[in-house]
Amino acid sequence: MHALLLLDMAVATSSDRIAVQQGDDRLTYGELWASVWGAAEMVAGATHLAHIGPNGLAFPVALFGAAAAGIPLIPLNYRLSDDQLDSMLRAHPGAIVVAEPERAPALAARGHRVADTATFLEQARAGGQPGEVPGDGEAIALLLYTSGTTAAPKAAVLRHRHLTAYVLGAVEFGGADETDAVLVSVPPYHIAGVANLLSNTYLGRRLVYLDHFDAARWMEAAREQQITHAMVVPTMLARLADLLDDAAARGELDHVRPPSLRALSYGGSRTPATVLERVMARLPETGLTNAYGLTETSSTISVLGPDDHQAAFASDDPAVRGRLSSAGRVLPGVEVEVRDPDGAVVPALEAGEIFVRGEQVSGEYEGRAPVLEDGWFPTRDRGWLDDDGFLFIEGRSDDTIIRGGENVAPAEIEEVLGRHPDVESCAVVGIDDEEWGQRIAAVVVLQDGAAPDAEDLRTFVRAALRSTKTPDLVAFVDELPYTETGKLLRRDVRSDLVRSLGSTAPSAPAPTI
Amino acid sequence: MELKPGTKLRSDVCETQVIVVRAPAGAVELGCGGAPLIAADADPAGTLDPELSDGSLIGKRYADEDLGLELLCTRGGAGTLTANGVTLAIKGAKPLPSSD
Repeated sequence: MHALLLLDMAVATSSDRIAVQQGDDRLTYGELWASVWGAAEMVAGATHLAHIGPNGLAFPVALFGAAAAGIPLIPLNYRLSDDQLDSMLRAHPGAIVVAEPERAPALAARGHRVADTATFLEQARAGGQPGEVPGDGEAIALLLYTSGTTAAPKAAVLRHRHLTAYVLGAVEFGGADETDAVLVSVPPYHIAGVANLLSNTYLGRRLVYLDHFDAARWMEAAREQQITHAMVVPTMLARLADLLDDAAARGELDHVRPPSLRALSYGGSRTPATVLERVMARLPETGLTNAYGLTETSSTISVLGPDDHQAAFASDDPAVRGRLSSAGRVLPGVEVEVRDPDGAVVPALEAGEIFVRGEQVSGEYEGRAPVLEDGWFPTRDRGWLDDDGFLFIEGRSDDTIIRGGENVAPAEIEEVLGRHPDVESCAVVGIDDEEWGQRIAAVVVLQDGAAPDAEDLRTFVRAALRSTKTPDLVAFVDELPYTETGKLLRRDVRSDLVRSLGSTAPSAPAPTI
Repeated sequence: MELKPGTKLRSDVCETQVIVVRAPAGAVELGCGGAPLIAADADPAGTLDPELSDGSLIGKRYADEDLGLELLCTRGGAGTLTANGVTLAIKGAKPLPSSD
């Protein structure tokens, strides 16, 4: 099925409803439909449409406009340098580029066909002749560059049938109340931004864009716009938790938190349980949902819903309590297997590489051979299932530390360290070692005013886990490197650490730094 | 007729339009309101059978598990959807937590 049909159906039932808005500017479903065909006329003849910019009305117009024109959309990260964008665009010489006014001249000077966002939107809004809405979903809808935290970025290929399989599996058509509104602050070059737009269109839910995330602006927008639903990445959730805690300390919590917010979902990378517990305490009326998915799986493949959160939060049973750190259960229509390095499926509670299969799973990259085997996609994420089918993600397979032959998941140690009162945030990485293969290093950002005490932190971890999972080294830094969407850049953590250790890097027995 | 996912069809007797989401291996006769479904771009010319006028609803999925058939209704209408003469049931959906 073709993704343009999702919008076509919403227009048929809800033409006068507001589809998308940013600030005071908005488009009803009917206006969005007209703009989409205007955009399709503008990009006729191009091989691709590239979108470079923050959230705004131009993004849905570009996404559905490209679909109407029968060409793939390439959403690119607007924070990249001109040179980086240039090299990605050079791989698609027939593309038309929509870019912010301050960015457009530099790209035009490099020989690309560029329209600035305002001009694009204005011309699109003038409308165009509506064409046929295709049914077949085989065409490529999106080329989406993965964040590449462990390797160079590559473009995942998502066809219309992948995206519509996700939407049909996840939401019911027209399921939104007329007063529903979703606040979107995940960027458009992230799969969550794309999935969000498609599923909310199909639901008929008013979508309110925040162009750049800021915790205070987010809360204000949520109150002003009577937001009922929102999706954030973990770094945003942590900032919201800080803001709510500060408001509570001033006795102003009820003046800050949005009373209309029913559902808050988060995902994109691992969220510390401490952050969740704080948010749940401050927003008791808001249902939390953790969504796990990948670009290559058209976003969400498993969810931990509000009831699961409540049950985990209220339980004394460590296994149930621990589910607060899980990615929940897989969606209907998606299968998951955990396999050992030889490809055999492992029993529950045993960790291995996560494989997924389903109609929303693409596993295709531009210019590369397909990676699916019998429909199964190797996520390169390590994790395990519990006895009730809850999926626990340990992190990227490439990030697993192998110390003295034992596999150690950084996430497990980070979870423990994150509970130490002195620790603001942390990253655990493996560094090469002649004797152990790898040693475990913890890189820690301390809370304001806390004194660095490596031995205290090591003792804290040893008490919760065991000595083979205790960091051999503890280093202190002012901040950790993250991508815009909150993914920790582990290779940068590791290379910075190795550089700071220099040639004096000691071998075991490990002293602390 | 032989079906494949992504095929768009319409009713010959009402406003109903569907898209094939899941197609059975063999041939199947799809109907609406007593007349076979026609190509999406054809003009309706039949008359609605009052016995098959319970209607179709936009956004609902109509399925026959035994056949391995699933249609998504993209426009609602007055006719009842059938496969091989048997009325298609609306596929129940369990509400999922909102992740978007």
